[in-house]
Amino acid sequence: MSTDTPVKSDVEIGAYKYGFHDSTDNYAFKSRKGLDAQIVSQISEMKREPEWMRDFRLRSLEIFESRPMPSWGGDMSDLIFDNIYYYMKAANEQGKSWDDVPADIRRTYDRLGIPEAEKKYLAGVKAQYESEVVYGSLREDLAKQGVIFTDTDSALQEHPDLFREYFGTVIPPGDNKFAALNSAVWSGGSFIYVPKGVQIDFPLQAYFRINSQNMGQFERTLIIVDEGASVHYVEGCTAPTYSSDSLHSAVVEIIVKRGARCRYTTIQNWSNNVYNLVTKRAMAYGDSLMEWIDGNLGSKLTMKYPAIWLMEPGARGETLSIAFAGDGQHQDAGAKMVHCAPNTSSRIISKSISKNGGRSSYRGLVKVHKDAVNCRSNVVCDALILDPASRSDTYPYIEVEEQNVAIEHEASVSKIGEEQLFYLMSRGLTEAEASAMIVTGFVEPLVKELPMEYAVELNRLIELQMEGSVG
Amino acid sequence: MTSVLKITDLHVSVGETPILRGVNMQIRQGEVHALMGPNGSGKSTLAYALAGHPNYSITAGSIEIDGVNISEYEADARARLGLFLAFQYPVVIPGVKVADFLRHAVSNIRNPDRREGEGLIGMREFRKEIRERMTELGMDHEFARRYLNDGFSGGEKKRMEILQLAMLQPRFAILDETDSGLDSDAVRVVSEGLAKLSGPQMGVLIITHHERLLEFNRPQFVHVMLGGRIVETGGSDLAHELHARGYADVRARHPDAAPEPTHTTTAAAV
Repeated sequence: MSTDTPVKSDVEIGAYKYGFHDSTDNYAFKSRKGLDAQIVSQISEMKREPEWMRDFRLRSLEIFESRPMPSWGGDMSDLIFDNIYYYMKAANEQGKSWDDVPADIRRTYDRLGIPEAEKKYLAGVKAQYESEVVYGSLREDLAKQGVIFTDTDSALQEHPDLFREYFGTVIPPGDNKFAALNSAVWSGGSFIYVPKGVQIDFPLQAYFRINSQNMGQFERTLIIVDEGASVHYVEGCTAPTYSSDSLHSAVVEIIVKRGARCRYTTIQNWSNNVYNLVTKRAMAYGDSLMEWIDGNLGSKLTMKYPAIWLMEPGARGETLSIAFAGDGQHQDAGAKMVHCAPNTSSRIISKSISKNGGRSSYRGLVKVHKDAVNCRSNVVCDALILDPASRSDTYPYIEVEEQNVAIEHEASVSKIGEEQLFYLMSRGLTEAEASAMIVTGFVEPLVKELPMEYAVELNRLIELQMEGSVG
Repeated sequence: MTSVLKITDLHVSVGETPILRGVNMQIRQGEVHALMGPNGSGKSTLAYALAGHPNYSITAGSIEIDGVNISEYEADARARLGLFLAFQYPVVIPGVKVADFLRHAVSNIRNPDRREGEGLIGMREFRKEIRERMTELGMDHEFARRYLNDGFSGGEKKRMEILQLAMLQPRFAILDETDSGLDSDAVRVVSEGLAKLSGPQMGVLIITHHERLLEFNRPQFVHVMLGGRIVETGGSDLAHELHARGYADVRARHPDAAPEPTHTTTAAAV
């Protein structure tokens, strides 16, 4: 028997595709498990942060410790905060070019297809590996226009005044327990500043991975789009599979100033043991447009409700989200729209798919403050349930303090129709092909909003999720 | 070789309710058959049972194509053997573009051994072909980019069925009330379309209440169904007679066939 012959492994259908991982022996720094003031100070020290940031972290830690776990949403009883590493540093310095990036990290990126993407039209690939950005590039002309696209740690060092002006203003540490946790231990994430009137006509992209067992990832993203400027930021996440639970708790703050536009696209595909508890919020000022496009696949529990605060007249907010809940997964996702000013409008489109006992919940809030007259809001949530073991719930909250507003809410729940399946099968499609086609059609309104390569990837991920779902 | 679709003593139940009680019929490629009968007599049930709808269980008898019993085959396997059903109520598939769906279907039908994930037929040749067929059916090419039957008018849906028929080129086509709910212009378009498509390579079974579809597609055989059985078979004269005088005479000639059934056979189409 020749050992050189590649053995065709028994491919587990629907198995997590990105389940490889690299050795963690070469980490430059790894904190001990668990969380206390000493670890938080150590993180700040390792990063050579200014005193105000260390104090901010310590204050946040106190808030985190004082808050109870949320009693709503999903089951977090398996989440043990003491079993988590809160900070790791994979390499000492950020790579200046691709060749400087350590080989095993490069290998991981190769498997994710990043260099190919980079070579192409993607201008600013910022890749987050563990807690530090180790490799990044930005097209020169952007830099010339004054655009800042860097990791959040570098932004704190290099643009301290701009950073301090906005950091923590949209989501203060006291907002919720997990925002407080992130504020205490945050590391990495993207920082973007787009100066007045600068329109970036290609998406800025970052990739995230969790690479280590029990490794929390607490990235912190801050985007400021100045007056009349526009940006589309795209974030894709994949994580390798591990046997014990991981925590991802990010905070994303966005400020969209007068007349500006921002679109933030996320496709997340966490492995099935990750708790994904994310706080995302944007402040949209006069006549601006903020859009969240949010695709949630994978994870054990996702709780995520991208929010837009419509602060001044003419501001518009849109959220388009899709959740796919498979075996053992709970997607508790939705959106929040807070109308603080007259003549503001919002739209929420939420789609969920539940399969093999998965559970998806839409949880959304539309709030209209007093005197915010002539506001319009439209909420549509559609759920598709693929089998009797799966579940879908809708928790729409509407709080209106003003009479003169127009709010619409539509919800529908459908099962994959026997008649739809039969119709497609009568044209020669197998049951699996027919189901996949129906699901692909269901998510089409989201997919067509994505940049091409993400649309392709999302469709592929869904096909993968659908394989073996029938029979 | 001329293919034969042979239906022998077919008994079909929906749930616990028997609907078809021994249907016999034989259709050869190139023949046009009409199946007529009052509401609830079992016409659509026969159509669904032939196409392999899972809710229509065959309790006795057989369906054969060239001697192969396909009664136990799934709908997709039957389609790959050359069976096609034009639906009375075509189903809406949101978000799925006509072109994407049809390219997939055509790939499977023309290459019955194709495995999932294998390549589809070439985009360029497919696009050329679907455009030609749409032109022949007087359809706007923009239809290829629309979502399947989503927001289509009744006439557009029926035309879409005929487009699928044209692309899939089945050996046996069953048209379930393709003329119902259409105005006379639409019936003409659909009828002419079908007439162009049918020929020596296609056996056709037209299920209809009306005569109009048959004017363009003159049947050699007209079957009358009553109470889940075919009680009479004749030439196209029989269609004229039924059209002129209704089903009273037929009922009188076959007092043993069930009277007006109390159930409806169109449940699956709702």
